[in-house]
Amino acid sequence: MYRYDAIDQKLVDERVAQFRDQTRRFLAGRLSEEEFRALRLRNGLYIQRYAPMLRIAIPYGLLSSRQLRKLSDIARRYDRGYAHFSTRQNLQLNWPRLEDVPEILAELATVQMHAIQTSGNSFRNVTTDHFAGVAADEIVDSFVWCELLRQWSTFHPEFSFLPRKFKIAVNGAAADRAAVGVHDIGLHATRNGEEIGFRVLVGGGLGRTPVIGVTIREFLPWPHLLTYLEAILRVYNRHGRRDNIHKARIKILVKERGAERFRDEVEAEWALLKDGPATLTAGDVARVEARFTRPRYEQPGSDPDCSEPGFLAWKKRNVHPHKIPGYAAVTLSLKKTGVPPGDVTSAQMDAIAQLAERYSFGELRVSHEQNLVLADVRSRDLPALWREARELGLATPNIGLLTNIISCPGGDYCALANAKSIPVAQAIQERVEQKRDSLDYLFDIGELDLNISGCINACGHHHVGHIGILGVDKNGEEWYQVEIGGNQAPASLGKVIGPAFARAEVPEVIERLIDCYLAHRDSEAERFVDVVHRIGIEPFKEHVYGHAHQGAARRSREPALA
Amino acid sequence: MATLIKGRRVAAASRPSPEEKVLRLEPGDDPASVPLEGVARVEVSFPKFGDGRGFSIARLLRERRGYRGELRAVGHITRDLLLFLERCGFDAFELREGEDPHAALASFGDFSHSYQRGYGTEIGV
Repeated sequence: MYRYDAIDQKLVDERVAQFRDQTRRFLAGRLSEEEFRALRLRNGLYIQRYAPMLRIAIPYGLLSSRQLRKLSDIARRYDRGYAHFSTRQNLQLNWPRLEDVPEILAELATVQMHAIQTSGNSFRNVTTDHFAGVAADEIVDSFVWCELLRQWSTFHPEFSFLPRKFKIAVNGAAADRAAVGVHDIGLHATRNGEEIGFRVLVGGGLGRTPVIGVTIREFLPWPHLLTYLEAILRVYNRHGRRDNIHKARIKILVKERGAERFRDEVEAEWALLKDGPATLTAGDVARVEARFTRPRYEQPGSDPDCSEPGFLAWKKRNVHPHKIPGYAAVTLSLKKTGVPPGDVTSAQMDAIAQLAERYSFGELRVSHEQNLVLADVRSRDLPALWREARELGLATPNIGLLTNIISCPGGDYCALANAKSIPVAQAIQERVEQKRDSLDYLFDIGELDLNISGCINACGHHHVGHIGILGVDKNGEEWYQVEIGGNQAPASLGKVIGPAFARAEVPEVIERLIDCYLAHRDSEAERFVDVVHRIGIEPFKEHVYGHAHQGAARRSREPALA
Repeated sequence: MATLIKGRRVAAASRPSPEEKVLRLEPGDDPASVPLEGVARVEVSFPKFGDGRGFSIARLLRERRGYRGELRAVGHITRDLLLFLERCGFDAFELREGEDPHAALASFGDFSHSYQRGYGTEIGV
């Protein structure tokens, strides 16, 4: 866990005071709606469909149990006793009162938290691998680099009014678990002999124009990280489009200029910034590193002694290897059927905080798949942890499986959404659960990422789901487009299988896609997405739509409007 | 006339004397190629809130072109921008109509530190 120094704390406190004043000015009628909008967005405050929404930053997804307790307390006192973990590893409150937000921010500051730059056209929360620091294939501890970037990107004088939002992901291990290919900037740690550095990808992103980022530098030695980013950002800040919000992300600039020309411009700018004041030293890295608490691992104990089938199923899906023998990382699933994906109640948050304290050094991580991870659990404690997690409804053995659905809040909350997401996720989960031997069915299908977005902004990352579902609006009715073959890392984008479906049809469509997969896979090791990549989308299309006239009949049916 | 802040105090918005050259840059202008010789004041325009190109223009004028004269931010300048503008190299600010000059001056105290090295006062990453 990173612990604030006096300056970190001061800046957050000063931000609270500033926002308190801005809110006061707005409520007194001295700031217009529009002016206040630009300011509140810089503090994560949206005005949503039914109420304001406050997005609280969880830098790189790392949380202490003390912080989680505070979040629980805030959700209970200022909201309706629950909150939502987002795909950007942040936490969203759906029903706070505008007047209370300065007070909420003040509460957050007492536990070294804030909502700075969780929205608006500036740097957003830097995200990373939720197994950072514990993965066996680690090259660098990405948390340290994320924290350096958090500081650098907070209140940046030159880059706080970018053409559009800006998302950076850092991956510190050999395998990419941070989806560096679908970020404005993706940084993938790598080695050049003894030297540590980063591969730099630019121009990836989802949203309405999904693009996979291009590598503009194979190896950037770490001391140059910030000067190089400043060069990229300067080119973007000056030349990124500001005439059309839908063409304002850096991916459009990279596309319009061509990757090569864009890289040349960055390199030319960097040549003049290189070795300047922002160059990192070993002392800078050591300063940040020293402020992280580190788990004190014990001697490895015995392995877990439990042969209950439920435990074994959970262990298979929700327990992950750890670099220290005798330890494991555990995912607490927030994807129980009947609960909106990523939602937790205050009571659960309190209980999870306690689990983290008792089993994982008082720390936890938020994964971009909207689950929580206890990263440092003694293997011999696994059965006890499993029993407790099960009591809390947090031990659904579905990590990496069909029912571990990523979903945005959708039309139930979000003002941008064209369609609801949560009921679709639930209907799919219920369909699986209704099957006889549903767990066997789920395990037999194997790894399958199903992602749902309620609109083209793609907060549910549907483009990179093995199956992606997108809510679309057709003449005021909710329809759902289905794509297949997307993948998070190595990044690939899904292809739409055909005309959209009514909500009630979606679970059946998913089942048909899965039937088709099961019929075509060459072994259990071949995943759904592998089969799509091998045989293409045609066989799936046929399996779902049947003959052309059936497809037409389907389209004429009434959509669900509930 | 809009209030001018200069050297962190409210200043009289003097017109330049006829022999003083004033250069005005719009957000799309390229500071690399503008002639700066004999220029006493450069005005960088911020035509609307949220267009941040002028911040980079200021940096380039100061750090790349070595410009040392007055650098004035004009246009949609509100108190919420002043610290950032100053850290990018501006030393004069023409507040937009209706902006309270005293609140604007107070906003220089909003943040006591900055993480970025090479931008005005800093502790620095």
